[in-house]
Amino acid sequence: MSSAAVQAPPKAEPRVPEGGELEAAGRGGWFVRITIIVVVILWTIPTLGVLITSFRPEDAVNASGWWTVFAHPFRATEWTIENYRIALDQGGFGNAFLNSLAVTIPSTVIPITIAAFAAYAFSWMEFRGRYVLFVIVVGLLVVPLQMALIPILRLYTQGATLFGREIFPDLSLQGTFLGIWLAHAGFGLPLAVYLLRNYIGSLPSSIIESARMDGADHFTIFWRLVVPLSVPAIAAFTIFQFLWVWNDLLVAYVFLGGAGQNRVLTVALRELVGSRGENWHLLTSAAFISMALPLVVFFALQKYFVRGLTAGAVKG
Amino acid sequence: MSVTSEPASAPGLTGAPPSRRFTGVLVLLLRVLVAVAVPVATFSLLWWTFEFLRDENANRFIVVGVAIVVGVGGVFALYWGMNRAVDLFPARVRESVRPYVFVGPCLVILAVYLVYPVINTLLISFKDANSQTFVGLDNFKFVFTDSDMLRAIRNTAGWIILVPLAAVSIGLIYATLADRLRRGEAVAKSMIFLPLAISFAGASITWQLIYSYRPQGFGSNIGLLNGIMLGLGQQPVKWLELQPWNNLFLMVIMVWIQTGFAMVVLSAAIKSIPDEIIEAARIDGASEFQVFRRIMVPSILPTIVVVTTYMVINSLKVFDIVFVQPASAETNGTVVVAERMIRWFFQLNHNGRAAAIAVVLFAAVIPVMVWNIRRFREEEAIR
Repeated sequence: MSSAAVQAPPKAEPRVPEGGELEAAGRGGWFVRITIIVVVILWTIPTLGVLITSFRPEDAVNASGWWTVFAHPFRATEWTIENYRIALDQGGFGNAFLNSLAVTIPSTVIPITIAAFAAYAFSWMEFRGRYVLFVIVVGLLVVPLQMALIPILRLYTQGATLFGREIFPDLSLQGTFLGIWLAHAGFGLPLAVYLLRNYIGSLPSSIIESARMDGADHFTIFWRLVVPLSVPAIAAFTIFQFLWVWNDLLVAYVFLGGAGQNRVLTVALRELVGSRGENWHLLTSAAFISMALPLVVFFALQKYFVRGLTAGAVKG
Repeated sequence: MSVTSEPASAPGLTGAPPSRRFTGVLVLLLRVLVAVAVPVATFSLLWWTFEFLRDENANRFIVVGVAIVVGVGGVFALYWGMNRAVDLFPARVRESVRPYVFVGPCLVILAVYLVYPVINTLLISFKDANSQTFVGLDNFKFVFTDSDMLRAIRNTAGWIILVPLAAVSIGLIYATLADRLRRGEAVAKSMIFLPLAISFAGASITWQLIYSYRPQGFGSNIGLLNGIMLGLGQQPVKWLELQPWNNLFLMVIMVWIQTGFAMVVLSAAIKSIPDEIIEAARIDGASEFQVFRRIMVPSILPTIVVVTTYMVINSLKVFDIVFVQPASAETNGTVVVAERMIRWFFQLNHNGRAAAIAVVLFAAVIPVMVWNIRRFREEEAIR
């Protein structure tokens, strides 16, 4: 499979590269380093601006651009943590943070569990319609989320009737955590099944067959063998789904609403933009509160991200 | 490891052979039953738990705690229980029913949350504002005649061409360059990837600090771009009202977020190119640009295509970046299709038009879907 057509190094080197030349071209020359640094700076500036602004007093924020702090970075009057206190207490961002957790964690765990079982079945179990069902699942990958929102919302608020008969009861799920968990689970499943099947399907079949020979049933194989082997893929999808749900505005706005007890960080943030659009010191500290956890999760799990996402998908 | 000996432990029940058709129907029923059982049980459990919590009006820490326990433990326990239940079935039926325990919940949830909505939206799109009476193709006529909609379609076309183009090319070049760093590759990549961890809502606040404009007499300009303009002795500019360029400025935000993703995936692909090939080309005197153009790009072309597709679909669905801008998208001419849909459903209260817009979005994605399935078939053939 891997195209490791090992080419022997040419015996008679036609043009012996003088040590430095190839080194400079192949590895980081000045051009490479400078380009990288420029791009990194460009990409970091916006985040840096938010971070700095969020720690500056209101007056200073409105009087001068955030970059002016570099003129005298150690002057005490330039810095404050008051903004964070106001955002957490009065802005309700403390509560919103917890809500975001309550939405995000189950919305990540539930689809992963369901998708892992399904991916195993699609990879290693024989059943009728296996291929067709999997193709349908992959096909659903491209259903725009927006298309699903309206019917689901009606399902939640009115139930569903077919020919005058109630086929789905009105459960008043609108505004509840359960409603949004299941919605996120549904929207996340196609990608989860796709990624996990790619990975689980590429596990060596000899392992699974020998476990079958030893008399292990599917459930044991799944739980003891496949799940531990699939940690990179599971971790990759965890990050993906976690970031997606945590950062999602649309689904939260639709199912939990713009106001009320259960609103999450992104919704609170949007309300703040609407109501106090010029209060930069609050907006930036609120924005940073919403970024904090994803950044931690991302840096903690990032090595899995690449490995899991690209396994199976990228065949060199 | 617990050992369950499959066929041996099925006493009785295999006695008199009933008619095959009867068994067939029975097995089918069992399959459907086990497929539906897990999601329904899960749902009831969660429903019951939260009915209880709703009354408490709830210490958030408890809600979060219960959520984790039920979410992690509960769902898994239900699979386990169903699997056990299948063990009780007669041996002949057992193994043909079991896969549906594994795959059923996934299919049921998808049916409710994606398949049903697609069908339902199609129906609504032919009805009026309150989904009462059929209006034929009126809503679709609206989609393709309304001036804001036409603008939205044009803008979205811009988004799906320019954003993937920029994000993938910057990501590709950056990945290639970062690959050559002797030290600090991981850091360099993380810095670019970082914006992906930021929400669109957070990102647009972030970019307000770049684009912000204040007219004379309303305080000093704290946006970076206008800071630069003033520093250069120019007048400050209303960046986000500068039609049609403001669309580009919003796209920059999307590119800023998505480039990291493209870069990470492409970088992994680049690393999977055997070193020998590249070294050989270099020794044969190929310039670095030739190595990039003739060897790297062709080798990772499949990955480039996948990443680009992903970006196209993402850009097609873009909504948040436009939606959270404080100024109105209509007057600024920055409307996009998905944003129009939300606006028509939630603020202008016209279900039919909103659904018609959603259908158009879906239709736009169908070619991508067909292509995706084809690719999967080819992959299967190789496997």
